[in-house]
Amino acid sequence: MDITDFYDTFFEEAEELLADMERHLLEIDLEEPDAEQLNAIFRAAHSIKGGAGTFGFDVLQKTTHLLENLLDHARRGEMPLRRDIVDTFLETKDMLHDQLDAYRNQEEPDQAAFTRICQTLQQLAREEIGQELEAAASAPEDTGNAPTATPPAHTADTTTDNVAVASPTSEQLLAVALLNVGEKDRGLLVEELGQLGTVQGHHGDEECYEVTLLTGVSRDDIEAVMCFIVEPEQLQIRHAENEESVPEASPQAPPQSEKDPASPAKSETATSPALLTTGGASESGRPKAKKAKAGGESSSIRVSVDKVDQIINLVGELIITQSMLDQTVSELDGVTHGGLLNGMNLLQRNARDLQEAVMSVRMVPMDYVFSRYPRLVRDLAGKLDKEVELVTEGESTELDKSLTERIIDPLTHLVRNSLDHGIEDPDTREAAGKPRIGRLTLSAQHQGGNILIEVIDDGAGLDRDRLLAKAHESGLSVSDSMSDDEVWQLIFAPGFSTAKQVSDVSGRGVGMDVVKRNIQGMGGHVEIMSRRGQGTTTRIVLPLTLAILDGMSIKVGSEVFILPLSTVLESLQPSREDLYAMAGDDVVLKVRDEYLPVVAVHEALDVKGAKTQLKETIAVIVQGEGRRYALLVDDLIGQQQVVVKNLETNYRKVPGVSAATILGDGSVALILDIADLHRLSRAKKEARRPQRASIDYETLLQQEREPS
Amino acid sequence: MTSLSQHADYATSEAQNREFLVFSLGEEEYAIDILKVQEIRGYENVTRIANAPEFIKGVTNLRGIIVPIVDLRIKFHLDKVEYGGQTVVIVVNVGERVVGIVVDGVSDVMTLTPEQIKPAPEFGVTLSSDFLSGLGSLEDRMLVLVDIDKLLTSEEMALVDRSSN
Repeated sequence: MDITDFYDTFFEEAEELLADMERHLLEIDLEEPDAEQLNAIFRAAHSIKGGAGTFGFDVLQKTTHLLENLLDHARRGEMPLRRDIVDTFLETKDMLHDQLDAYRNQEEPDQAAFTRICQTLQQLAREEIGQELEAAASAPEDTGNAPTATPPAHTADTTTDNVAVASPTSEQLLAVALLNVGEKDRGLLVEELGQLGTVQGHHGDEECYEVTLLTGVSRDDIEAVMCFIVEPEQLQIRHAENEESVPEASPQAPPQSEKDPASPAKSETATSPALLTTGGASESGRPKAKKAKAGGESSSIRVSVDKVDQIINLVGELIITQSMLDQTVSELDGVTHGGLLNGMNLLQRNARDLQEAVMSVRMVPMDYVFSRYPRLVRDLAGKLDKEVELVTEGESTELDKSLTERIIDPLTHLVRNSLDHGIEDPDTREAAGKPRIGRLTLSAQHQGGNILIEVIDDGAGLDRDRLLAKAHESGLSVSDSMSDDEVWQLIFAPGFSTAKQVSDVSGRGVGMDVVKRNIQGMGGHVEIMSRRGQGTTTRIVLPLTLAILDGMSIKVGSEVFILPLSTVLESLQPSREDLYAMAGDDVVLKVRDEYLPVVAVHEALDVKGAKTQLKETIAVIVQGEGRRYALLVDDLIGQQQVVVKNLETNYRKVPGVSAATILGDGSVALILDIADLHRLSRAKKEARRPQRASIDYETLLQQEREPS
Repeated sequence: MTSLSQHADYATSEAQNREFLVFSLGEEEYAIDILKVQEIRGYENVTRIANAPEFIKGVTNLRGIIVPIVDLRIKFHLDKVEYGGQTVVIVVNVGERVVGIVVDGVSDVMTLTPEQIKPAPEFGVTLSSDFLSGLGSLEDRMLVLVDIDKLLTSEEMALVDRSSN
């Protein structure tokens, strides 16, 4: 197996480790740093370094090495932690991320940036702990990885140098025990070990085969090399002569450089580490499944989203086939075909369970989204001279993966807005009788088939008068009698900004309209609640998934349509007295003191043979994009879950229709877009009124859409 | 050497021969490049789409894929448009898309040499010569060779969003 096969695993793990590192760095209490947390940060850096060394990612390894040494001092309490130091660490973390990206794209990382960050770290080391850090290139652990890593030629040169430099300084006698390793692999392993140092002897049987090795390589690195051939459980390494420390440490190399690699493992196995089994210390560079076995943590596998989608599609097909069978079977006599009917019921239940299970694979917790904001908030607050505390709630709320990715941009925008325009600077807050530290809350919760994501700040709130004044200026049609909700909606108008001055954070007025459009594109909507002086809440309502929809099937004429259940409020049989004709051919329906416009599906969608007598029809009260109206249909068929199929893959956008689905009998039914249907109906009425020669729906729809 | 070059000549002329699927619309015979054809199936279970041009009959379910169905007979203003057991849908691949076209019947697959393909004359209001790749002459038959790619992605077919193209 080629070592490059492990690259992707390493990149993904390293990315996770960096994310962990950032999270811990942000959480850390500067006054009383939690030892566990410092250890975790250190371990992350260490694991990345190990992996980078194994794969020959030189720059990455050197950078992590410097960082690791500093972190080591910090966790031993030899170096104070201050905000600016944490900032430097965060900066280094960003740099590591850049380097990782570079390696991922098979480029060399930016050399200038590397030199700069090394200088910064060296500087920090000089100031804080009063010593130079040795460059990682001469670190002994570099040597061990060279044989397996097949690194580029130039690193090979340096490693051979290192062997020469390193071996006299820190050689130790190790006993490597191989448990239950076959003859063939044993030979291979001894050969591998021979490249790491001098094999002084080997003996034993298959159950326990011991190799005595004189080497300058640390145990971690031996493990890292060996684990490509054997399971970590099969490996035990201990000092052959009970040497706890290295007696002849060279004066120019600080002692911690030899102890470093082993120390995290030591801290885990308490104080008598004569026998070390591989713990969590050398996790990098190994397939995830192995790691899970070793660490005993929750096991998981990485699968590409394409594969999951393919399974979801197949399961969708299965459900459709199952419904088809169901329909055929339901016509059979229950007495003579009892067994078949029972089987069908079972199949139905299993198919639904399977569908649910498969859909849940796509779900990821909101933590995936929220976890990127602590850093953003910290940096922005610093830039804006504000003090902000970020609170997240409902991180475990699950959402479809494709939606979490698309929600990040709009949410980032809202967070920036809240920080820039919402939360005031500390002095203003104090003057207003509020705590100096502003509070920004991100919350997520399920509500029916939707997820509610809220961005809540306790800042100044929206200024109604200023919004109105600004709207006048920008030539929008507004009146002072508009309701608050309508005024808040103004900020979604394109090019609208109330910021007194444009900052690099926000205020250019591009954004909120994009936010709204993005969210609508995901089938959701945005609501704003604001109270002057008390803060603003922006609420995003999204469907949990785009692949499956709870629908209500309706019949008009001989055609079947699906209404998204989330848009249906109620349905009723309209009585003559509740229907009022308006000017033209408009009709309104009175429902509990509320007058709702009426849209007949057969008119909007030209269905022939539909019931035209109003009293024969059924009115379904629907709501979409804040508009509520009554939809006239012939019949309600029932509720069902449908698999959403895109119409635009092979066709185009159809007015009044959001997508299509396949019914139990294999035919296609259109899923109605409630908001668009209303626009369509108005456009058609408009077109009919002046008796125009030709009706161009497209143009009319365009005109209809533009103001919204 | 000579045999080799002859062989090469033969190979190139072979390569220039093209295979066409011949179908009928009313009395006329049309043909499209066989490589564009995915499958041929009966006309059934088409869901109407509102506010679409008349020749777009709707969409159908092709093994889980939603495929629009275009009736070329209506598009070409044929007098008689009937749907019966003989009515056939040719499923074609146009770019990334899958589209079904309704025709009166499919007859055979013909191989045409470059000499048999004549340029299409400027004619026709209903079928612009832009959408023709030529006329195929076969003894007493004349095949109208349709450039199905151009035809189905054209704006007048209204199958593709203007904005997305």
